[in-house]
Amino acid sequence: MATSTQTQPGTKPAASLSKEEILRYSRHLIMPEVGMEGQLKLKNAKVLLIGTGGLGAPLGLYLAAAGVGKLGLVDFDVVDFTNLQRQVTFGTSDVGRPKSQAARARLSNLNPDIQIESIEVQLTSANALELFKDFDIIVDGTDNFPTRYLVNDACILLGKPNVYGSIFRFEGQVTVFGMPDGPCYRCLYPEPPPPGLVPSCAEGGVLGVLPGIVGSIQAMETIKLILGSGDHLIGRLLLFDALGMRFRELKLRKNPNCPMCGSHRTITKLIDYYEFCGVRGEEAPAPNVQVPEITPRELKSRIDRGDDLFILDVREPHEFQICNLKGRLIPLGELPRRVHELDSSQEIVAHCRSGKRSAEAVDFLRKAGFRKVLNLKGGILAWSDEVDPSVPKY
Amino acid sequence: MPVKVMIPTPLRPYAGKRASAEFNAGTVGEALGHLTTQYADLRKHLFTEDGRLRSFVNVYVNDEDIRYLAKENTVTKDGDTISIIPSIAGGCCSC
Repeated sequence: MATSTQTQPGTKPAASLSKEEILRYSRHLIMPEVGMEGQLKLKNAKVLLIGTGGLGAPLGLYLAAAGVGKLGLVDFDVVDFTNLQRQVTFGTSDVGRPKSQAARARLSNLNPDIQIESIEVQLTSANALELFKDFDIIVDGTDNFPTRYLVNDACILLGKPNVYGSIFRFEGQVTVFGMPDGPCYRCLYPEPPPPGLVPSCAEGGVLGVLPGIVGSIQAMETIKLILGSGDHLIGRLLLFDALGMRFRELKLRKNPNCPMCGSHRTITKLIDYYEFCGVRGEEAPAPNVQVPEITPRELKSRIDRGDDLFILDVREPHEFQICNLKGRLIPLGELPRRVHELDSSQEIVAHCRSGKRSAEAVDFLRKAGFRKVLNLKGGILAWSDEVDPSVPKY
Repeated sequence: MPVKVMIPTPLRPYAGKRASAEFNAGTVGEALGHLTTQYADLRKHLFTEDGRLRSFVNVYVNDEDIRYLAKENTVTKDGDTISIIPSIAGGCCSC
């Protein structure tokens, strides 16, 4: 499809390229599939990137390099050290800087001829429509369900394409939503999973190259939409398995009864997406199980006093290798069948990385009849902050 | 007749870390029944308490969504691939 490249009132679409631009884009210009006409379409296009992290990195770099005339970068996060393993727009010296500003600086250096807008806000139902309206294509590179549904609904309300990509560990999904005859995100997934069934941090992490590949495919689809050439990922869900190194494709159908894009739309305005994703789960457990706790400092003084405490580490073996508090390792998932390894007469302090998994472990053990069991508040992260800074944080 | 069930990454911890499993089954429902009998921890991730497939879990036979076929009653034949496609949001978690 040829995406309309509306211009701001009072500004005319660019009708030519400068001599420098001709040189810069020469490898596009000598391809008949792009050529002068295509390059001018790119120059007049306005693309909004939601998120400048893992997916946003290749997106920003390739779209800027390709000469997309206006890029909006929405992100309210700041760069931290754990981002650098995959968010290749950023350098070590960017740590601590707002992501949208750091990305803007990097992309401006890559291509000073384009307009780059750093939008340092959290995307919400209150600002999404206003932010989206000046752009032709929205690219979803976020990392959470509420924003995914928000981006989808705002795109449908405004009739804008939504180039979707998501990743998990070593798997990726890419498709294009929001086209007139194509499906939307709600056709694929009418409802988000309840918070309790979202994979836990024990199964988290992402292979650094994966967002590079998935984000690059999103960039390719965005450029094809602008050029109006090729076959788009409309009504097709592309699945990528990096470990098996396989691409697969599934058919996505437009749901005629979709509350958002179906013929009888029942959602006519943006809603509260945190409520939609959080509260209405079928059996969503309380986000934080309330269990007896011990602070890192209290634990340290009790260990120093020589109290007989059993330290139970409920993380995964690969996490134990990163750092540990010399506890007994029983991963949360194995606890039910290894509970006999624990002595209920002994006082037990359970810990994990942040205190969330160990809270579940304490809850489980108390229900199993253990009376003297405490959760280390804040986990290893807090232990590192408050007791022993030599323990690395991850 | 053997059909292959592809298990997505987020659900592998509940399926003995396996990426796929094969079962003799005539319908999608039968195959998923075998799967969740063999790996009981998977059940709550795929089905509601009253045994319905969860709304955020999509199931495909080859490249077709079973919601547009006969849902769990969709007939499978020898060599078919059943894919379970959960929604993934991310990203990477931060807990």
